[in-house]
Amino acid sequence: MNEEKKLEELRVVIARHRRWDLIFLIAGVLALMIALLTFMALFTQMLIDGMPRLSWDFFTSFPSRRPESAGILSAWVGTTLVMLVTAISAVPLGIAAGVYLEEYAPKNLFTELIEINVTNLAGVPSIIYGLLALGLFVYQLGLGQSILAAGLTLALLILPIVIVATREAIRTIPIVIREGSYALGATKWETVADHLLPYSAPGILTGVIIGLARAIGETAPIITIGALTFIAFLPPSPIKNEFPFISFEWLAAPFTVMPIQMFNWVSRPEEEFQSNAAAAGLILVVMTLAMNALAIYLRYRMRKKIKW
Amino acid sequence: MVKNSLVESEASGISLDQYKSIVKNLSFYYGNFNALKNIDMVLHEKQVTALIGPSGCGKSTFLRCFNRMHDLYPGNRYEGDIVLYPDNENILSPYVDPIEVRMRISMVFQKPNPFPKSIYENVAYGLRVRGIKKRAMLDEKVEDALRNAALWGEVKDRLNDLAFNLSGGQQQRLCIARALATDPEILLFDEPTSALDPIATASIEELIADLKNKVTILIVTHNMQQAARVSDYTAYMYLGRLIEFDITDTIFIKPKNKETEDYITGRFG
Repeated sequence: MNEEKKLEELRVVIARHRRWDLIFLIAGVLALMIALLTFMALFTQMLIDGMPRLSWDFFTSFPSRRPESAGILSAWVGTTLVMLVTAISAVPLGIAAGVYLEEYAPKNLFTELIEINVTNLAGVPSIIYGLLALGLFVYQLGLGQSILAAGLTLALLILPIVIVATREAIRTIPIVIREGSYALGATKWETVADHLLPYSAPGILTGVIIGLARAIGETAPIITIGALTFIAFLPPSPIKNEFPFISFEWLAAPFTVMPIQMFNWVSRPEEEFQSNAAAAGLILVVMTLAMNALAIYLRYRMRKKIKW
Repeated sequence: MVKNSLVESEASGISLDQYKSIVKNLSFYYGNFNALKNIDMVLHEKQVTALIGPSGCGKSTFLRCFNRMHDLYPGNRYEGDIVLYPDNENILSPYVDPIEVRMRISMVFQKPNPFPKSIYENVAYGLRVRGIKKRAMLDEKVEDALRNAALWGEVKDRLNDLAFNLSGGQQQRLCIARALATDPEILLFDEPTSALDPIATASIEELIADLKNKVTILIVTHNMQQAARVSDYTAYMYLGRLIEFDITDTIFIKPKNKETEDYITGRFG
C-alpha cells in the first residue's frame, strides 16, 4: 500500500519534469525556425525578384545605364581576382603564424598577450581594417585603389580566422603522435611538415574556406579603400601572347566586387535595377554556399583517413 | 644499497664491458618537483631490464630520460649522467643533441601510436628522417623491420594500407617495427601492452624475448608477472628512488629489501 503510494508520487514528479523537457523542445524548435525561416524568406524573395534576370548575358555584360543590358562581368571577375590575392596572402601567413604560436613560441606572458590579441582581432569591425588599409596599402605603400590593395585588406581581415583554425586543428592531434615523431629522431620542422600540417589539413582548410566565405561578402573595407562602383572594363589579362607570357599588371588595376555592384544597383531609383541587385545577390549567396559545401566535402574526405 | 647489489652482480661474474649503459646519480625535476632521486643503475648489453613499481613511482619518467623526451617540454631538468657504451658518452650532457640520442635509442609507447599513413610509410619514417632516400634500401629495411616485429606475414600484401586498419596488437607491433627499422642500440618500452588484450600481450612478450638477441631492452611494466616473464634484470622503484636492482629471479624469489618484498608479494601497491 505504502509502496504504491510512493510510486504514485514518483510518477507525478517525473511527469512534471517531463513537461519541462517538452517545453524546452518546443522553444528550441521555435528559435531555430525563426532563424531558418527568416533566411528562407529572404532567399525566396531574392529568387523571385532575381530569377528572371539570370541569363548568360547577365554574366558576360558590363554594368550599364540601361538595366536590361547591365551585367556583372566586371564584378565577378573582380571578386574572383581579389579572393585569389586574399587566399594567396592569407593562407601561408596564417598557417605559419598558427604553427609558430602552437609549436615554436615559448609559453610566456608575451606570447599569451599575442594569443589574446589574435583572437580579439577576429572580432574587430571590418571597416577598421578598411581604414588601416587605406592608410597603409593605398597611401603609404602606394598600391592605390587596386586589386592588390583590396586582396591584402581582406587577407588581414581573415588572417585571425586562419590562425585560430590552424591552432585548433594542430591542437586536436594527440600528443603521442607528436612524441612518436620526435622519438624517431625527427626535428621540430620535420614533425611539423611531415605530421602536424598534413594531419591538421582538413581543419585548416575548413578555416580557410570559412574565412574566404566571409571575405567574399565584405563591402565596407573595400568601399573604404575606394573600389569603383561602376566599371566597364576588365583588368589586364594575366596571360600574355609574348614572353614572359605571365603578367601581373592586373594586380594594379581598378576593380569592383559583387557586393559593391549590388550596393550600386540597390541605390538606384529604377525598379529594374532592384531585380539586377537581387540576381547578383542570388549569385553571391550561391558562391558562398558553394564554398561552404566544398569545405564540408573536403573535411569529410580528408577526415576519413585520420582516426584518433 | 643499490650500489651493493651492483657490486654483487659484478662479483657474480659480469664484467664492465657487458654494460650497455651506466646510470650515475641521476635526478630529474619537473619544475620544482623532484621526480627521480639519485638513481644508480646499469643496463646489461642485449638483456631485458624491467622497471616495476606502483603508479607515480617515476618509472616512466626514468625511461623517458634515456631518449631525452623530457627536453620537449619546458622546465624539465636532469642531474647526473646516463653514459652509453662503448663510446662512453653521457647522453644527458647539454652538449649532446637530443635528436642524436633519439636516433640511437628508440621508443615504443604505451598506446599504439601509428601515424595516419600507410604501413610502409610508418616503418620507413625513421629511415627517411635519417636521410635514406633510395627505394631499394628503404624496401629492404622496412621488410627486415617488419619481419623482426613478427608482422611481415600479416601485412606483406597490403603495405600501402592505412596503419589504422590494423588491430591494436598489430598496430603495436608496427610501432615496434618502426622503432627497430633504424637499428637502435637500446629499445625503450613504456608499458607496451597496457592497452592490449591478453592474446596480443602474449605475442608482444614473445617478440620482446626474441628481440633480446639484437638489442638492449628497457621496459616499464605495471604487471609484475610480465616483468618476471620477459626480463633478465628488474629494478623496483618507489617514490622516485631505485629501491632494489638485481637479477629478475633474485628480485622475485629472494628480494633483499623489505619494501620490494612487500610490493612483490602484493601486500602493497
